[in-house]
Amino acid sequence: MSLLKIEGMRVEFPSRRGSIVATKDVNLELAAGEILGIVGESGAGKSTIANAILDLLDPPGIMPKGKIFLEGERIDGLSLDEMRKIRGRRIGMIFQDPLTSLNPLQTIEEQLVETIVTHLDVSVARALERAIEMLDKVGIPDPAIRIKHYPHQFSGGMRQRVVIALSLCADPDVILADEPTTALDVSIQAQILDLMRKLVKETGVGMIIITHDMGVISDICDRVMVMYRGDVVEVGTTQKILGNPDHPYTKSLISAVPRPDKRIDRFPLVEYIEEAGVAHKSIDVKTHWLGKSRDFDNSKSEFLVSVKNLEMRFRTVNSIFPSKRKYLRAVDDVSFDIRAGEVFGLVGESGSGKSTVARMISGIYTPHAGNIFFDGADLTALSSRKAVNHYRRQMQMIFQDPFSSLNGRMRVADIVAEPIKFHKLASSNAEVKSIVNDLLDHVGLGAIAAKKFPHEFSGGQRQRISIARALATRPRFLICDEPTSALDVSIQAQVLNLLKDLQEELSLTMLFISHDLPVIRQVCDRVAVMRDGKLVEVADSEDLFKNPQSDYAKHLLDLMPRLVSA
Amino acid sequence: MLTVALIAFALFQFVGDPISNLVGQDTSTEEREQLKQDLGLNDSIVVQFGRFVGNAVQGEFGRSYRLRKPVKELIAERFPATLELSLLSAFLALLIGIPMGVYTALNRNSWLSQGFMTLSLIGISLPTFLIGIFLILFFGVMLQWLPTFGRGDTVSIGWWTTGFLTVSGWKSLIMPAITLAIFQMTLIVRLIRAEMLEVLRSDYIKFARARGLKERSISFSHALKNTLVPVITIIGLQIGSLIAFAIITESVFQWPGMGLLFIQAIEEVDIPIMSAYLLLIAFVFVVINLVVDILYYSIDPRLRMD
Amino acid sequence: MRDFARRFFASDIWWSYKSSPLVVVASIITAIIIFSSVFATYVAPYNPFDLTQFDLMDSLKPPVWMADGTSKFLLGTDDQGRDVLSTILYGSRVSLLVGFFSVIFAMIIGIVVGLVAGYSGGWVDAVLMRVADVQLSFPAILIALLVDGVARGLLPKNSHDELAVYVLIVAIALSFWVQYARTVRSSTMVERTKEYVQAAQVIGLPQPLILFRHILPNVMGPVLVIATIQLALAVITEATLSFLGVGVPPTSPSLGTLIRVGNDYLFSGEWWITVFPGVALVILVLAVNILGDWLRDALNPKLR
Repeated sequence: MSLLKIEGMRVEFPSRRGSIVATKDVNLELAAGEILGIVGESGAGKSTIANAILDLLDPPGIMPKGKIFLEGERIDGLSLDEMRKIRGRRIGMIFQDPLTSLNPLQTIEEQLVETIVTHLDVSVARALERAIEMLDKVGIPDPAIRIKHYPHQFSGGMRQRVVIALSLCADPDVILADEPTTALDVSIQAQILDLMRKLVKETGVGMIIITHDMGVISDICDRVMVMYRGDVVEVGTTQKILGNPDHPYTKSLISAVPRPDKRIDRFPLVEYIEEAGVAHKSIDVKTHWLGKSRDFDNSKSEFLVSVKNLEMRFRTVNSIFPSKRKYLRAVDDVSFDIRAGEVFGLVGESGSGKSTVARMISGIYTPHAGNIFFDGADLTALSSRKAVNHYRRQMQMIFQDPFSSLNGRMRVADIVAEPIKFHKLASSNAEVKSIVNDLLDHVGLGAIAAKKFPHEFSGGQRQRISIARALATRPRFLICDEPTSALDVSIQAQVLNLLKDLQEELSLTMLFISHDLPVIRQVCDRVAVMRDGKLVEVADSEDLFKNPQSDYAKHLLDLMPRLVSA
Repeated sequence: MLTVALIAFALFQFVGDPISNLVGQDTSTEEREQLKQDLGLNDSIVVQFGRFVGNAVQGEFGRSYRLRKPVKELIAERFPATLELSLLSAFLALLIGIPMGVYTALNRNSWLSQGFMTLSLIGISLPTFLIGIFLILFFGVMLQWLPTFGRGDTVSIGWWTTGFLTVSGWKSLIMPAITLAIFQMTLIVRLIRAEMLEVLRSDYIKFARARGLKERSISFSHALKNTLVPVITIIGLQIGSLIAFAIITESVFQWPGMGLLFIQAIEEVDIPIMSAYLLLIAFVFVVINLVVDILYYSIDPRLRMD
Repeated sequence: MRDFARRFFASDIWWSYKSSPLVVVASIITAIIIFSSVFATYVAPYNPFDLTQFDLMDSLKPPVWMADGTSKFLLGTDDQGRDVLSTILYGSRVSLLVGFFSVIFAMIIGIVVGLVAGYSGGWVDAVLMRVADVQLSFPAILIALLVDGVARGLLPKNSHDELAVYVLIVAIALSFWVQYARTVRSSTMVERTKEYVQAAQVIGLPQPLILFRHILPNVMGPVLVIATIQLALAVITEATLSFLGVGVPPTSPSLGTLIRVGNDYLFSGEWWITVFPGVALVILVLAVNILGDWLRDALNPKLR
């Protein structure tokens, strides 16, 4: 008998425009001591399964069909009181964001003890002992002292350990983990995955891990279930799914994951994904407006962009007395050069200062010290607005979050036209219009997109709009700040292909920022590694991946998840 | 506090000519000058401001232009009436408002909640003075149950006069207190409800549910406590503003408090009373802010860091 | 334009409007009150300010359904023989006028202060918000009273009545702007860090353009909600001030003035002089509040 079994689960979210079906017909079995991964892209319905098992669907979600068995007993349709005895006691759940999962006003002790006392028939003193044991088990040092602390006194990774302790403290049989490591840095992610694997082995619970990350799957799961738009497309052992998948969706999903082991020219075109861009009519860059670069001088030096001893501080303690202020050095003495026509990568974990560097080059932040040279001119020395704008126009930026990088109150046509009009790059409104249409077509959206508002587009499409806007000043230098980290893998592959094409076609110079090493390897010619605001290593990207020099780069490469290949 | 003192002082300086307010049309220029000298109006502005602050700290605000009595006496006479009224109203507003807010947040769709919300909507739409007038019309004029003006019989304890110790005092207090409480109460209901709904949507509440904690514990020890953090400042301010809102109530019920004094002062441009009242209100707010800070500190561990 | 209409009728806002009968009724009532007060000259049965149209002989007549009532005066007459219904219509015109203009005035001050404080941050923000905090700790009614009192002191006595309406608008606006400023400031601070603003910076747009073209439209949602709710509050404040005797003078009475005047007759049994303007005031404010409440919920994506 399986530990947890789901038969024909269908979950719907009724709305006035008809029901949205989150999962259609999900069947699933989980054995004790097993780790089952549920993988899929956003909107596949994977989180819905976990919420439906515990009857925690966000309103107005309902489960009109399906049965859920826990050790042979049906647990769907139980009363709230009966369900409460299952939650935490027999099925524990771990959420994605450790920063918001804990009650900020209670100590860890209060939260743990309350959970234990609610479910297990023990005294408060015994519950406290157990709570300390649990913290010890999840790897929190000095548990007897730390238990008195409040959540804000723990780091993100430590908080996720506390969350795990909370889910395990009433000794459940099943753990549901919903993207448990997505909000964490790679190195912490690896630790948490290790911990979860160890706990499953020790306690013999069954665990379901929900993730969009193939790396997590290959790292920890015994079996994998692949979901696509509410349907289960394939179930099998991790080896089988990653090595030799049957279903075309699984195949295309896996082929879209950037390979860490070698560089390939382009990502294979994924035919299963419906969002694929409209085939664009090709424009001849040599004659088209987009290709005209007469107003740029030919590069004066080998390097288009150079930064020298760049420094940026953020004030952390404010005071009217300068001596009492405290600063965080976000960027500390960083220097590098970007050759004309190359793609230069900047890699590091969160807080390493890589985005701050990008924002200083693009002029959003003003550096505290250091110089930025663009085409031989020192941008930090320029004072007149006009002089700055001359260079600003030549460098553009693409941002991480496709949902906040476009002004929701403007039509796409206006968004793309704004830079053209501001820099007076076209002679008439009619010309602006035709350029905008060509640009939108060129990035694979089609000219019909112009009349719509950003919210009518998906994440990948919005990122294409951002690219069109960036191209609208006819830049020579493009800064991409994690341009694909908010996108699903299949969309990521398409956007990266588009960027590669444009880079070649328009011979753009690019600064490409990412925390994702495989992506860096696929896109960049040279790479700089940053840590805690300092530059650790700069190398050709093939050299870095084959033969890293610094310890930190080696460490990062070790943590890089490798898919089990056939 | 000092800012307010400055404003209050500026009032003295620039608004109106106190002399022409004090004396009649037929007073001679010499008499006016003499009066100016007596009142210290010929000194430099800085000196006058220093004297003003110094006096204010000792509770001296000069003499009322209109009533020809020291402001200190006038205020001391009126202060107990306003404070008793405000305290009872605050008590009513909190005692009824908080449970109602919590109930409507927890049972969003029940009939009772809908009823409460409708009531609160009517509550914020009813101007305070109209509530007072309607209460007077029903209970005072038509039913003749309760007195429609004044404080009733009061008992003096030292310089403090209280209406809490006599039946007629209580009877007189009921309608003004309800009138004053209703608006604040509806605000508190709506505020608590909105904030609590926000908290109930948070991840830690969902995680608490997923751990199978008891609903009662989730609602009260997890959700309500987190609701109080953002709400406490605004409630503090609301309670503080009761004293000022009492102006309206006092005027409707002819309640002999500071508000009535103030409104009469405005009509007559009686600056010493206006500025003294202003400073007193500012003082009340400073005290309330202090209490709110202490409450914050005891509720939110994140503030106890340094 | 047709495109806009199609979009509007397909939007969630129109749908949530249609599906709430209370809101529909409230908006109709608001529309009727606004219409009939704007066109009071045509709608009202009499002109209460035209001395030839009323007669002391008709004074203190009760409403039509009472024993002494006459169908000439549906809601009875006041002490000077004026038709109560007509005075209400003319009175709500004054009330709405003061309400609208004070809200617009407060909104303009608040938006500019909020945008500037939120976008520039630093000491500019600190100073502006300190001012706002100090003011916020005083209830609006007190500020309005104070401004009114100061104005009374500064202005010559004989012009009090003429200028009363303007003084009132300024007084109410000055006591209301803080709400807008705080809301706009906090939304601006959120919007400022969003990537579309950074994108505009990278394009090279100057700051005023970024503020007004990009940020302002994105912070207007909450402003509209506050404006609706504050319209109700402004009408209440105006009525309160007039009731307290420091607002609109009896020569061009607002609803509050009418209630104040009628209040003197409460004890002698002529309740209608006070009660009807009171009821009119409550209906107006209630309708606007219902609209404001609905607008807040409809514009809040979290509640959908």
